Amino acid sequence: MRIELVKRKEHSQLMALLSPLIAVALTAFAAALIFLITGHNPLVALYKFFIEPLTQEWSLNATIAKATPLILIACGLAVCYLSNNWNIGAEGQFIVGALFGSALPILMPDFANAATLPLMLIFGAVGGALWALIPALLKTRFNTNEILTSLMLVYVASLLLDYLVRGPWRDPGGYNFPESRIFSDAATLSYIPGTSISYATLVTIAIAIVLAIVLARTLKGFEIRVMGESPRAGSFAGFSSRRLTIFAFALAGGLAGLAGTMEVSGGLNQLLPQISPGYGFTAIIVAFLGRLNPFGIIVAGFVLALSYIGGEAVQSALGVSNKIASVIQGLLLFFVLACDTFILYRIRIVGRRHAAGEVSHV
Amino acid sequence: MGDGVADSVVQEMDDGSVRRRRSGENTLLDARGLTKRFGDILANDRVDLVINKGEIHALLGENGAGKSTLVKMFYGSLDPDGGEILWQGRPVDIGNPAAARELGIGMVFQHFSLFEALSVVENIALALPNPGRMSELARRIETVSRDYGLPLDPDDIVADLPVGIRQRIEIVRCLLQEPQLIIMDEPTSVLTPQEADLLFLTLNRLAQEGCAVLYISHRLEEVKRICHHATILRHGQVVRECDPTKETPASLASMMVGADVASVSAGAQKPVIGNTRLALSNLSARAATPFATALNRISLDLRAGEVVAIAGVAGNGQGELFDAISGEMPVAPDMVVLDGKSCGNRNITWRRRQNAAFVPEERLGHGSVPGMKLSQNIVLTRHSTGDKLISGSFVSTAQASVLEKRIKQKYDVRMSHDDAEARSLSGGNLQKFVVGRELDRKPGILIVNQPTWGVDAGAAALIRQALIDLARSGSAVLVISQDLDEIFEIADRIAVISRGYLSEAEPASDMTRERVGLLMAGGAETQGEVA
Repeated sequence: MRIELVKRKEHSQLMALLSPLIAVALTAFAAALIFLITGHNPLVALYKFFIEPLTQEWSLNATIAKATPLILIACGLAVCYLSNNWNIGAEGQFIVGALFGSALPILMPDFANAATLPLMLIFGAVGGALWALIPALLKTRFNTNEILTSLMLVYVASLLLDYLVRGPWRDPGGYNFPESRIFSDAATLSYIPGTSISYATLVTIAIAIVLAIVLARTLKGFEIRVMGESPRAGSFAGFSSRRLTIFAFALAGGLAGLAGTMEVSGGLNQLLPQISPGYGFTAIIVAFLGRLNPFGIIVAGFVLALSYIGGEAVQSALGVSNKIASVIQGLLLFFVLACDTFILYRIRIVGRRHAAGEVSHV
Repeated sequence: MGDGVADSVVQEMDDGSVRRRRSGENTLLDARGLTKRFGDILANDRVDLVINKGEIHALLGENGAGKSTLVKMFYGSLDPDGGEILWQGRPVDIGNPAAARELGIGMVFQHFSLFEALSVVENIALALPNPGRMSELARRIETVSRDYGLPLDPDDIVADLPVGIRQRIEIVRCLLQEPQLIIMDEPTSVLTPQEADLLFLTLNRLAQEGCAVLYISHRLEEVKRICHHATILRHGQVVRECDPTKETPASLASMMVGADVASVSAGAQKPVIGNTRLALSNLSARAATPFATALNRISLDLRAGEVVAIAGVAGNGQGELFDAISGEMPVAPDMVVLDGKSCGNRNITWRRRQNAAFVPEERLGHGSVPGMKLSQNIVLTRHSTGDKLISGSFVSTAQASVLEKRIKQKYDVRMSHDDAEARSLSGGNLQKFVVGRELDRKPGILIVNQPTWGVDAGAAALIRQALIDLARSGSAVLVISQDLDEIFEIADRIAVISRGYLSEAEPASDMTRERVGLLMAGGAETQGEVA
């Protein structure tokens, strides 16, 4: 006996929409099992994890703050994945973007005026884009696998950050703690007046909307979708796959770098050896859970941000390791991809009789 | 041949014609009421088919008529939903291809599944259930292939062999299992006329030895020439059986289509030859992969008002030549000249703006994006040619659907619902769409690779006539084709491509099939080397 995946002739539009919801439900079920096995009341744990953070203002604000970088990074990744460029290194692009953006307030702390913040944001985007161009150029020039190169550059980036914070960029008045100097007010991204929401959230939502329009309505969006589905047809249309690879990586890296700069400038206000709880990796899940569509990504970003806050909540309330957040994120990606697979394929169980036959010719 | 069977039964058919039920002692395979359903589509509807020993039996029908479905049930790749198959009088259940081979049913596929980096004997060993010792197998291959007039060297590497020889490997592999019935799917589509003649000798010899052949082909001339009996499928049903030797290709075609097929008229209007629109001079390109073909100093002038056809067996550089002309493969600037402008290094969009249009061989995945709607597939090739499809940087879906409706109506593209995805169209309808999409622009220069490959007779006639009409209206048309009937039907001049060399284009009236065949088999190469 053998199990085969058989391509479906028609894909249900309804299931394509429902699939992320089913994936979330399955994740909740699997999480409940894990809580049960570790000896906790699953209903209480699920409530603490998924519901309670939404009922309190501070945790809601924290969720929005965590969702913001996830959404921004995932928007860039969606362009990569739609065009068949498997950029797994957004975490590194986020870090290098933060380094570029922080260079100004750390190296020139006296340069504090209205231009400081815009320059930091531009530097951040440029830094992330440059870091992303390394795997892009390796791919277009030498045909290397971008999954490997972009991923490996994550570790290079985080070691670079570690080195800078412990070495040359360490705060001279910081009693040898591994951290940079605190940014000046001019280098700090503030909150929207009267709310606890950062301008970063506003910028992110605006970018997501623009990207949604570009993808759905413009020739560039058309190019991205064509190259993702059928590169040969894309080259027949006159689109260059090399240029698109460079464009997609630069865009994704730029947005990740911008997210990195906004994170250090708005939230942390300085560089630390660790500036990201894995935003760049979690954004991969956000991109797929959001169906590679910017509007879907906004929703998915909140769901995944909730998993960070929920992880902290169950840790403090029930004493569960906060690694549970990573486990649940991983389960979610697994179920999203599995549900998507069943939109395109169905399972067929083949008896011995058929198994003896050959498949290659059919 | 089957007419001689003593106890034939007479049956009344739906259309009133009389058909003899030919089963008898000599019957090898008797399919009764075979039915296969895919979703809402009845691919085979109560199909009866009798194959007798020693008979070359043609299975005819348009694309989508159900031929492949039927033979897949005989070969065990598909299970019938209804009806039964009798093999030598006994009902059998053919569960898989291995079971089919055990019964004595072999199949030679249209697309070979050979490993190019392996030798002939290694490829055959991989396909046999019990290959035994390699040296022993090599000897058997040599004997069998020589006996049947299909000589093979077991130690040759497949990558070095021309397509005709590769097909021999498939046939010999099939013969080694001593089949009683061989199913052949479009075997001559990859052969030169001379190679096809050799194949026919082999088939005749097999038939004389009592082996039956089920022969699928779109080439009605050869069906008439070699087949003893023909079964014609339309919309999944058997509509006629006949003795093809007593029919004409035209009458066979109208049985398949169910109506008279309009004949294409190239000669009705004399071409008025104008300026050179496309000039290829010493076009050379290295093979991009080990299994691609290099182009060798190809020269050709294509002039306004004429149809030039490039004949050749598949895999002799047609795809590479098309890519060089379209701009998907850049070459030196002077190698390709459009209307006097050197453009070998320009991209396809630039060339389209010079009023050139291109139709590639592979309509799905190259000429169109499978998962996109037809209106979006119009944007694919026409986004930069002044069709108002782009305003600012936005795509105008309204304009795209205007064009889609126009093309659909003019070129009779049929689909299940409006603006369907490209992948849901049948091959013939999608071909009408990708050709129509370019013709609709009224291009000054049109390059088409395999305009009617796998397209039924009705659609093929429509497309060929449209190509001729375009040329007569003053455009230059270059057709790359493997179908000699098509080439002689529409071409004003004919050139032949062989191993990346192109023979000189000569007036079609001076060309014969024999001469084209010799050029295909390497004549073009020596001519190219001399030049």
